[in-house]
Amino acid sequence: MSLNYLLKRLLATLLTLWLVSLVVFGITQVLPGNAAQMILGEFATPEALEALERRLGLDAPVWLQYARWAGGILVGDWGTSTGTSLPVFGQVVENLGRSMVLAGIALFVVTLLAVPLGVMAAVRRGGVVDASVSVFSYLGVSLPEFVTATLLVVFLARPEIGLFPAGGYAPLSAGLWPFLSHLILPVSALTLILMAHISRQTRSEMVDVLGAEFVRTATLKGLSRRQVLVKHALRNAMLPTVTVIALDVGYLIGGIVVVEEVFAFPGLGRLLLFAIQNRDLPLLQGAAVTMAGVYALANLAADLAYAWLDRRIQYE
Amino acid sequence: MARVGRILLRSPMGVIGGALLLLCLGLVLFGPALAPYDPTRFHPAERLQGPSGAFWMGTDQFGRDILSRVLAGARATILFGVIATALGTALGTTIGLASGFAGGRIDEVVMRFNDSLLAIPGLLKALLIVTVLGPSTTNAMLAVAIATAPSMARIARSVTLSVRARDYVAAAIARGEGAAFIMAREMLPNVIAPVIVESTIRVAFAIMTGATLSFLGMGAQPPASDWGLMIAEARNFMHRNPWMVVWPGLSIAMVAIAFNLFGDALRDALNPRSGHGR
Repeated sequence: MSLNYLLKRLLATLLTLWLVSLVVFGITQVLPGNAAQMILGEFATPEALEALERRLGLDAPVWLQYARWAGGILVGDWGTSTGTSLPVFGQVVENLGRSMVLAGIALFVVTLLAVPLGVMAAVRRGGVVDASVSVFSYLGVSLPEFVTATLLVVFLARPEIGLFPAGGYAPLSAGLWPFLSHLILPVSALTLILMAHISRQTRSEMVDVLGAEFVRTATLKGLSRRQVLVKHALRNAMLPTVTVIALDVGYLIGGIVVVEEVFAFPGLGRLLLFAIQNRDLPLLQGAAVTMAGVYALANLAADLAYAWLDRRIQYE
Repeated sequence: MARVGRILLRSPMGVIGGALLLLCLGLVLFGPALAPYDPTRFHPAERLQGPSGAFWMGTDQFGRDILSRVLAGARATILFGVIATALGTALGTTIGLASGFAGGRIDEVVMRFNDSLLAIPGLLKALLIVTVLGPSTTNAMLAVAIATAPSMARIARSVTLSVRARDYVAAAIARGEGAAFIMAREMLPNVIAPVIVESTIRVAFAIMTGATLSFLGMGAQPPASDWGLMIAEARNFMHRNPWMVVWPGLSIAMVAIAFNLFGDALRDALNPRSGHGR
């Protein structure tokens, strides 16, 4: 991986983040009502409103408001939530941490299960594993997360079973089982759709690679089946799969909003919905920019991992 | 076209997808007419029942017939996906075509901006747009359309770049035709086919995103018979009558599977090399 490529990708990511901040700021600008209105309510006198607007800097020109807001984002001053009166930055960081735990476990479980399944399906094409992977993956990509999540609550979190709580969150300090029991159902809901994507992708790449010349050469050279599969085929099949896993972070972010809502899990997704429902503009901006930022960084990480795995890649 | 049809019928994916799609079409045309009851009528004596002879799918918390509500919701759900995707495709194709045709600095700037929109996850984009527009079915449809547009613009632009290099486009420019004429009459017919194939697969995404928005209270509003909304309303009663979640959930899955299977089969049929059942 050349330094040049690294710099170009970093610059592209920064540009993306800047444009994303423009989009998010722009969207919240066209929303009716402003923060002052939200704080004082609809019966506020025009004088009080004007005074607060001046104090919050809302009477400044739009470009100056953007500059102040973006500058604040950079130095960790993300404003104060109008709904909870707490600093936005602290809330976002706290909820992001919990969402990361959820997403991280989901991605780990998915990769652990989906990659071997995809390989098995590709090696025995038309076999039982292959057939179940393709049927299962159509089900997986066709069930929205809110349906799977709600079905999981209906059937596994029934009060009479009492195995899993229907929602909420317990920190690790509350004990290992309370911590895990709150995570198992949300992780399962997130896993289903991602399993489908990643196992399908691994299978289709493995099928391509297994038909390639170099795999035949490796087999003819007398390498064991295992060596051929793992050392030659899988390594090459993983290249596009890494990209798909990164793209899946995008799905994961959408999925997490829904799954956190269903399981009342206090993560970033639920914070975003809270901000939307309460028209809490500073919180909405902070949560949305963070989500988009996480996605942009995931894409950057995937591109760099891809370039590292395949040293031949050059930018453009 | 006949060749594509034959290839479609040869793959099991195409056959199952096509059959399910016909079923969907039947539901769009006749669904509401088939409903045994008025989907909004209360049967207070028969609340929260499981499937029975009188109520094949059971009843909800007001004693409304779930089967009637599922049938009534089919048209809205399927048309939502198709219209939202069509709008998004039209918008994206226009942007991609114009940007690819203009080329140079303009293309560079438009596509950079487009990429940054792509860098916002789909559901987040749709949520932000509905927040601006306000929750309703029409606004959710517009939000999904706008959220779909950037990826369609990417595809349309890449096809446009290859079409732009053809001789007949150079000939049209030499003849002194206007840019709008060249784009609409000379290039669009050659750009549209791959774009439409791609958009078939997006219908499932549009339907699922629409249902998700309704579930989150940002789309269809009560008392609409919307599948996502039905599941949202069922949440307080789901342990007493799980069927309230099961039926609309299965319906969404069925429709999404239909479009996913058919879209994949269509892509394979038109481009045999991209096969492997992706």
